[in-house]
Amino acid sequence: MKFGILVNEGPYNHQAADTAYQFAKAALEKGHEIHRVFFYHDGVNNATKLTEPPQDDRHIVNRWSKMAEEHGVDLVVCVAAGLRRGIVDDNLAPGFRISGLGQLVETGIQADRTVTFGD
Amino acid sequence: MTESTGGIDMDEDSSGTVKKFAFVNRKAPYGTIYALESLEVVLISAAFDQDVSLVFADDGVYELKKGQATKAVGMKNFSPTYRALEGYDIEKLFVEKESMEARGLTVDDLVVPVEVLTSEEMATLLDEQDVVLSF
Repeated sequence: MKFGILVNEGPYNHQAADTAYQFAKAALEKGHEIHRVFFYHDGVNNATKLTEPPQDDRHIVNRWSKMAEEHGVDLVVCVAAGLRRGIVDDNLAPGFRISGLGQLVETGIQADRTVTFGD
Repeated sequence: MTESTGGIDMDEDSSGTVKKFAFVNRKAPYGTIYALESLEVVLISAAFDQDVSLVFADDGVYELKKGQATKAVGMKNFSPTYRALEGYDIEKLFVEKESMEARGLTVDDLVVPVEVLTSEEMATLLDEQDVVLSF
């Protein structure tokens, strides 16, 4: 199955950021395809390379980057939501790209299932 | 890339496929940004010629309340945008009856005409959708 994923909450602040990753990871392990992960609302904060969690904690941003590198998953940050929150190309972590909300609608059209992770 | 299609070249893909999209609005309009940013997705979706429905449930019903006065809190009153949706061919707006009544509201309190559905009817509507985006 081809999944689209919408992440609406920021890292460390809300479980949604973790659950979205765990879902995507499990789906890939089962042989499914991730059409795109779209980051919206405070979810755009999952994409900043300035993130430095304590060493004994998971690194949510690097985890996404690694998934993009290993599986070619398309990680898209909403440009408007990003600009509001200071997420721009200059501080984008590897594997992420910035684009418009049309990418979310397109994922809804292209994917078999679009799953929202939010509050 | 164009502003109206949100980063998609319409000639390349997605043309032809029409899915049933429901945007579910569950939050009050100004306490969080969900309502405003949800509306931004709705407006973009109009460019894709999809079968779009808007659902208002829980505190999301307040998004449609008449007489929103936001000047004192320094936020933009975006409720007039709901009245403009018709111009984007987005005309299917549904409000959950139980949510509306629990908040002491009637359709006369709302800025746009809506269809009122019971929670059971709402469940049927959502079951019929291809894509449900909940904000």
